[in-house]
Amino acid sequence: MQRNTFRQISLIVFLAAQLAFPVVYKRMEARTKAATAGDPSTALARYGFRFQESAKAAGIDFMHTSATFDPKLQHIMPQVASMGAAVSIVDFDRDGWPDIYVTNSGEGSHNALYRNLGDGTFRDVATEVGLADVNQPGTGVSTGAVWGDYDNDGYEDVLIYKWGKPELFHNDGGKHFTRVTELAGLPKWVNANTAVWLDYDHDGKLDLFLGGYYPEDVDLWHLKNTKMMPESFEYAQNGGRKYLFHNIGGGRFEEVSERLGIGSRRWALAAVAADLRGTGYPDLFVANDYGVSEVYFNEGGKRFREAGKETGIGAAPKSGMNAAVGDVLNQGRFGIYVSNISEEGVLVQGNNLWMPRAGASGANIRYDNLATAMGVDLGGWSFGAQFGDLNNDGFLDLYAVNGNVSLDRNRSYWYDYSKVAGGNQAIISDAANWPPLDGRSLSGYQQKRVWINDGAGQFKEVAQFVGVTDVYDGRSIALADFENRGVLDAVVANERGPLLLYRNTVSPDNRWIEFEMEGRESNRSAIGAQVRVTWNGQQQVQEVSGGSGFCAQNQRRLHFGLGKASAVDRVEIRWPSGKTQTLAAPELNRIHKVVEPS
Amino acid sequence: MSAGLATAAPPKPRSALGRFFSAENRYLSPLFITLILLVGNLSFGLLESFSRTLLAIGTALVLEIVLGRWFWGKIPNLASGYITGISVGILLRSPEYWPYALCSAIAITSKYAIRVHGRHIWNPSNFSICAMLLLAPEFVAALSIQWGNTVWPMVVIWVLGAFIVYRVQRFHITATYVASFVVLALLRTLITGHPFLAEVAPITGPMYQLFIFFMITDPKTTVGPKWAQSLVAGLVAVAELILRLAHVVNAPFFALTIVGPAAMLVEMRGAPWQTKTRR
Repeated sequence: MQRNTFRQISLIVFLAAQLAFPVVYKRMEARTKAATAGDPSTALARYGFRFQESAKAAGIDFMHTSATFDPKLQHIMPQVASMGAAVSIVDFDRDGWPDIYVTNSGEGSHNALYRNLGDGTFRDVATEVGLADVNQPGTGVSTGAVWGDYDNDGYEDVLIYKWGKPELFHNDGGKHFTRVTELAGLPKWVNANTAVWLDYDHDGKLDLFLGGYYPEDVDLWHLKNTKMMPESFEYAQNGGRKYLFHNIGGGRFEEVSERLGIGSRRWALAAVAADLRGTGYPDLFVANDYGVSEVYFNEGGKRFREAGKETGIGAAPKSGMNAAVGDVLNQGRFGIYVSNISEEGVLVQGNNLWMPRAGASGANIRYDNLATAMGVDLGGWSFGAQFGDLNNDGFLDLYAVNGNVSLDRNRSYWYDYSKVAGGNQAIISDAANWPPLDGRSLSGYQQKRVWINDGAGQFKEVAQFVGVTDVYDGRSIALADFENRGVLDAVVANERGPLLLYRNTVSPDNRWIEFEMEGRESNRSAIGAQVRVTWNGQQQVQEVSGGSGFCAQNQRRLHFGLGKASAVDRVEIRWPSGKTQTLAAPELNRIHKVVEPS
Repeated sequence: MSAGLATAAPPKPRSALGRFFSAENRYLSPLFITLILLVGNLSFGLLESFSRTLLAIGTALVLEIVLGRWFWGKIPNLASGYITGISVGILLRSPEYWPYALCSAIAITSKYAIRVHGRHIWNPSNFSICAMLLLAPEFVAALSIQWGNTVWPMVVIWVLGAFIVYRVQRFHITATYVASFVVLALLRTLITGHPFLAEVAPITGPMYQLFIFFMITDPKTTVGPKWAQSLVAGLVAVAELILRLAHVVNAPFFALTIVGPAAMLVEMRGAPWQTKTRR
């Protein structure tokens, strides 16, 4: 009897210890974070950089407005109209200073093009150049924009994609933009949330991928019925079609997606093109909401082959909302960051960091999700994220924004949302079945994530300590060196919120180098050009991108932090044309303009 | 009429199939849940990963062996521990590994540690999942996704599940709970004004299928006679109604955690249906 009592008591103690484990674990984590935290005043010494929000001081006063769709969706309007704030970086007038284009989504609202005046301030010139008034009722509203010189005249043109009619504008010498949508042959209506420029066949002309979210026969302002929602929270394949526009010259494009093997109807939210396998051709990664991500391998510029399942990327469906690539471990290979949803106790998907498996390459490349192991998994209801060396220490850091719908701080829609989200196709796909939002928040007022990379496989979250303290509903983030001083600033577009400019101050001890690329035989924007910098026995590879993150595009210029290096050993450039170029020991702390050799 | 009468005909020997689909077959439920796991994951990627589920199962089995040996002096039948582990592996969602091991450990340990009159009173996986949801919500959630995007996988699971619980004489529990849920969903619609389909939506998901076929029907943690079992199932649905009106996301788990042990304790204190104490 006594022995049984002893056993029982021992087991109760054992159980109590198990129950106490999560509490102890969380306290230890919090203590470790507090011990190494500091505050913005010490961030420079501790982390090597700090941000200061300075949009107003820089002359940026942009407030995003959301769309108002068909009254049939009134009960869930803030949720269905929760995207559209987007930002992309371009030097549209070739004055050497990166400018900012930001989209708006209210009917009749204006997009803005903030011209960088080179003195730390900006001026909105969108109306002057003809890129402001693009959200007229009946044409849809903007969800993003990507820049690429499709006619190789040296000036970056812009595709504005929308819930509605996608619009292509030709850049007339950096002074004005001319609408060329009809000549280009773009479709009448696409509910698109992502687009990227890429030269998939290396013919020297930029092609265009456009990803649909809602089906293209849905006019969100004039719904035939309310059955326009995803058929499943994790397996939906009733979204918008995908388009691949092949540039055939003369400002015209032909649509080749089906012919080349891209036939998905998943709900695309983000895409990025990059040479993931070292074939020289850009592969295409698509992050889908309500399902698995897709990776399309480019087979010599002739076909695309979807390889999600075989690579491991196509398992475990989540709510993909971001696609960004970065050489996270300085091993000359790209990891891919996909953001998802994490809400305490309700839905903990965790973000994905797909890292190429050691020893697997080329056609046999396989990926493992190392987001948890590397500490970049929990980011709330995450949207846009970008890799960039924020402190110039030689390793790519990660800046992620989040927050879905911030309304009443004290009332959450999550209970009602989870009810329907878990329901069968017949229920979830009809918006009429969705309970009213009724002014409640859905993962609102979330703290952003700035993860710094220790270079050894671990990231540390420091947003609050380096000055990133806003809790707006972040959507799109882009990184650029706005003052040409060798540091990456961040610009963040928020849904129903202001455009934020986080000016970066970096420890001057760390060195850097930047490359402004210009193609000749390759496309003039040099999109797809890869630069590999080798220094102090390590290397980092970056690729000029025609769009990445969530509805975003970083500066085209490539920025490398170099830590305390006194020199780089070499810089190898691989142009989309296949040409290679080597720069021996280029000078540090300067921007190098590199033109493709003839 | 009783089986002891001399004039009664000898019972007909059951076929192998009949014996397989009977209450005596302790492996029927494990086989069924394994089938769900394999089909669900191979077809729809239901799991976070196989490795996490295997960790949950492995932890449950190892602890069942160790604690069973220590507590009873022998290794218990592992079917129950296997169901616990696989339930945790399917129902828990986390990008981390440790919650799977910890949740299984809590489940099995609770079975031995929290006993009243020699009986454990909580369904182990139900207790442990509730503990994780309360203590570590930053890291875990309960399964909340669908079986693909058509109705057919759900229909197959419902039909197969109903057949199996019928064969193991637990169908009345499942049926009572489902009927109560649907009626109370209607009541919630009247109270909240939300569409009936929204209120009934949760029961169409895999989480509920595991809940109604494996958790609420657990023989070790249900009361004696059939009518009392049905009553308790109905009370679980009522408790869930209250929790749902309070916007508790994982209402069914918490409802069972509250009502199940309460019913057991009432039975032990001399409820009208009281039966012999079971181990």
